[in-house]
Amino acid sequence: MAGLELLSDQGFRIDGRRVHELRKIQCRLGVFSQADGSAYIEQGNTKVLAAIRGSKQKTLHDKVLVNCQYSMATFSTGERKRRPRGDRKSQEMTMHLRQTFDAAILTNLYPRSQIDIFVEVLQSDGGNYCASVNAATLALIDAGIPLKDYVCACSASFVNDSPIVDINYLEESSGKPEIIVATLPKSEQIVFLEMNSRLHEDNLSKVVDTAVKGCKDVYQILDTAVRDHVSQVATVHGWEN
Amino acid sequence: MLTTKTFIKKTKKGGILKIVREHYLRDDITCGSEICEKCDNKSARPLQENPVNKSDVCKSPHYLIPDTNVVLHQIDVLEDSAIQNVIILQTVLDEVRHRSAPGYKRLKDALYNPDKHFYTFYTYVERQPGETANDRNDRAIREGVKWYHNHLSSKKMSVVLVTNDAENKRKASEEGLNVFTIHEYVKSLRDSSSLVDRLAQSGQNVSYRDKVEFPEHLSLSVIQKGIKSGKYVQGSYMASRENYLEAYVSVHDGDKMIFIQGHMNLNRAIHSDIVAVEMLPEDEWSCPSSLVLEEKEEKVDEENIEMEDEKVKKRKIPKELQQPTGRIVGIIKRNWRQYCGIIRPSTTRHLVIPAERRIPRIRIETRQAADLASQRIVVAIDSWPRNSRYPNGHFVKKLGTIGDKETENEVLLLEHDVPHSNFSEAVLSCLPKLPWVITEEDMKHRQDLRHIDVCSVDPPGCTDIDDALHCRELENGNLERIDMVPELLSSNLCSLRCDVDRFAFSTLWEMTHDAEVVKVWFTKSVIFSRASLTYAEAQMRIDDKSMNDNITKSLRHLNKLAKILKRNRISNGETNSMVEEFMLLANVYTAKKTLEEFPDCAMLRRHPSPPPSNFDPLIKAAESKGFKMDVSCGKALADSLEKAVIPADPYFNTMLRIMATRCMMQAVYSDIIVHRLLAVCIGADASYPSLTDKHKTQTLCNNLNYRHKMAQYAGRASVNLHTHNALQILIPKYGLEGTLRVHRHVVKQYSPVFHRVIVQISIDQSNVQHLKLSIKLVEPVIPGFSVAPAKKEEEEDGPPRKKVKT
Repeated sequence: MAGLELLSDQGFRIDGRRVHELRKIQCRLGVFSQADGSAYIEQGNTKVLAAIRGSKQKTLHDKVLVNCQYSMATFSTGERKRRPRGDRKSQEMTMHLRQTFDAAILTNLYPRSQIDIFVEVLQSDGGNYCASVNAATLALIDAGIPLKDYVCACSASFVNDSPIVDINYLEESSGKPEIIVATLPKSEQIVFLEMNSRLHEDNLSKVVDTAVKGCKDVYQILDTAVRDHVSQVATVHGWEN
Repeated sequence: MLTTKTFIKKTKKGGILKIVREHYLRDDITCGSEICEKCDNKSARPLQENPVNKSDVCKSPHYLIPDTNVVLHQIDVLEDSAIQNVIILQTVLDEVRHRSAPGYKRLKDALYNPDKHFYTFYTYVERQPGETANDRNDRAIREGVKWYHNHLSSKKMSVVLVTNDAENKRKASEEGLNVFTIHEYVKSLRDSSSLVDRLAQSGQNVSYRDKVEFPEHLSLSVIQKGIKSGKYVQGSYMASRENYLEAYVSVHDGDKMIFIQGHMNLNRAIHSDIVAVEMLPEDEWSCPSSLVLEEKEEKVDEENIEMEDEKVKKRKIPKELQQPTGRIVGIIKRNWRQYCGIIRPSTTRHLVIPAERRIPRIRIETRQAADLASQRIVVAIDSWPRNSRYPNGHFVKKLGTIGDKETENEVLLLEHDVPHSNFSEAVLSCLPKLPWVITEEDMKHRQDLRHIDVCSVDPPGCTDIDDALHCRELENGNLERIDMVPELLSSNLCSLRCDVDRFAFSTLWEMTHDAEVVKVWFTKSVIFSRASLTYAEAQMRIDDKSMNDNITKSLRHLNKLAKILKRNRISNGETNSMVEEFMLLANVYTAKKTLEEFPDCAMLRRHPSPPPSNFDPLIKAAESKGFKMDVSCGKALADSLEKAVIPADPYFNTMLRIMATRCMMQAVYSDIIVHRLLAVCIGADASYPSLTDKHKTQTLCNNLNYRHKMAQYAGRASVNLHTHNALQILIPKYGLEGTLRVHRHVVKQYSPVFHRVIVQISIDQSNVQHLKLSIKLVEPVIPGFSVAPAKKEEEEDGPPRKKVKT
């Protein structure tokens, strides 16, 4: 039975966090100058880079076309990754990201144009989707694209009768249920929800609530980062007051 | 919100996989002491302000911090109520978890017990280059002690590190910490005599007088290499119940059994250990001696065990009887538990004879030997050194006086691993408070069937009445049958006693008079049993034409339906088969329903078709009397059993049936789980997560099956039927079954399968541990073996008649 004890009796997870604690989040906006907008985020050991590029496009006459490209660096996982993009998982992730941001971007403001969102996972330790969404949100903000709200994503699982938030790779691969939620924190609207493995119906709302709460915590951090960034840029350009 | 520092742990696993994990170090962990003012007051503080202090080596009030080996080996001491206010460092907890699952469980129990005042504390030190994991852990423990030492020194509270590791102890005292070995500490406690006995003796060098030298066990890494290369095989060790010099090892992958014989080859393995076996060359293969061989009291220490081994080897084994034989080269995992036994006092070290025959005697050291001589005691094994004939252990607890009914019961339960301790607080709190009344809330989900005249039919003296029946005529001419089973638990609350309201689970059928089921439905209900009848009473009511009340009428209806239902099988429709028939019907319908709704997790108690080989003894026995048994299917077997009757010998058929039952294996399911599933099916209950978890259901089933099996073993202490030097004897008069030890030539001479014999029975009290039914043959007379008939009076009762089989 000497398997992993995901949650100790004292209420600590394997990496020392308590059930409701997020991993350490660090982020920066405007990391590239060529792209229209860019951001870098670290959620624990998951590190993601996102960049935005806008362009003219003819297909949709009434709204903007949101296009995504998700890829994982070959060095991002424990074992060398064969195909950085284009495999099934990446395709699925790309689609999910596109759907998420289609719902959050005020698409009708930019008819006949296209917004490309490039997401690159540099290091993966669970919660790739969440970090990608959070990074892309920051990049979109950096690019100045109007959004309904920040899109914040967070995962949650259910271990020993208690929900745990922001699960890392170890917790993800334990076979326990996993719920991934992307929300618009102010209106508490869920724009994306995915679940893996089996979870009893009675516990579903508890886990979703935990994940939504996690999203709000993420929002606080992202918002602070954005404000810091803006005030910094303002100082550089002498826009104060 | 986060006050963390990120560290990175790098581990290499398998080949070149690099694992990078975060490790958040916290600064919000409190010391857990009531005395402390520095830490956050809101968190739990189990460590007392004034710990009871009885130690002479450390006079000031103190907390204990044991190291891993102390916890692993001396858990019996730590569990004692005299040891309180202990800090278990997380380093220790983790190590214990990796090294011993039962040890971890017991430690956790202690941590949960609020009276023990145990607390878990965390320390983290980084492993230094060149430092082994063990050294790192020792250092982490010392760091923890040091932290507490500084943290609490202003409060005049000291901490004591308890370690038996000399190096660790030296380093700790160099750092100015209080440090003792567990032996020093326990011996310094006032009134500690009982606690000293519980100290495990491991780590202490004792010289033995025994002239033995077992082969050394191989190290784990050598074993693992050997297993990979196929040189050794891994398996679980199963000692023979009959012969202490023989054992089998059941190989883990595959059905192979490896035979092991002789002290040196058994090499200190103990029943249920996981061992590594090396096969012997084929010309040394052996076979079980088919002799019942018990360790004799007299020859304990003195006899050289090599001599015993020689004796065993001398036997010539015919080629065709040889079985794959091996010898044990190492122990992969000890599966020692605590053993019940009785003590045989001698001067200093005493031998404990375990109640379980498959366990060797255990040598313990105690000062209370005289006191314990009349007691059943529990001991634990600590080690088995190479130069000792017996394993070393220590005393754990007394159970009570030998022969005392309570004590003996407890021994039986303990030895068969039937949990019997009182229910925990948590369990009891789930039960409704007494006096128990039905509330409005309850009635909401239940159908009130109290107006119906229900009755139960059970064997006389039955306390857990578990099914009640009813049958009434409906307006449309059909019959409505109701069958109830109580919910959960047995006895008072749930036993369907008469004249009280009880919750039940009801199955209702609408049937035609020809017993065709028109409709079936299930419901939770409240019932009111009008009468609890015995089979005989019920039969009387049915037969008594003058009785015409509702219950009797419904019984008659039921009986009629039962007869129809059973017509295709046996048609004599006794009352008890009436109840059976309806329970069967209920089970079938329940199974159908649950399977429909929960294909993944429906459970059913089934009687799997036993492998044909199981029936071999039955077939042979029947053949000896000229009957042929057809065991191809249940029905064929029943038919052939039906036919096998010797008119002059009414017990012959009974005997055969008993044997047939023995040949079958049974599995069991839990009524409770099925009830719950059914409740979910009908929407009366919300399902709960673990109910629908397939794996949990599986483990639950395994556990149930195991418990059931063990309970059966506990119920009958049976002797292996396959010995060649014993006869099984059934004494119908007393419903007893016993073993008659005979010489092989006697068996050959008389071949007495199903013979009537006359025997003399008495209780053999020579071994208090295993009271035995002693059986002596009276007739047929075999010179030099049978005994003269006993007093005349027994004859007057009609001589007890028996049959035997080999």
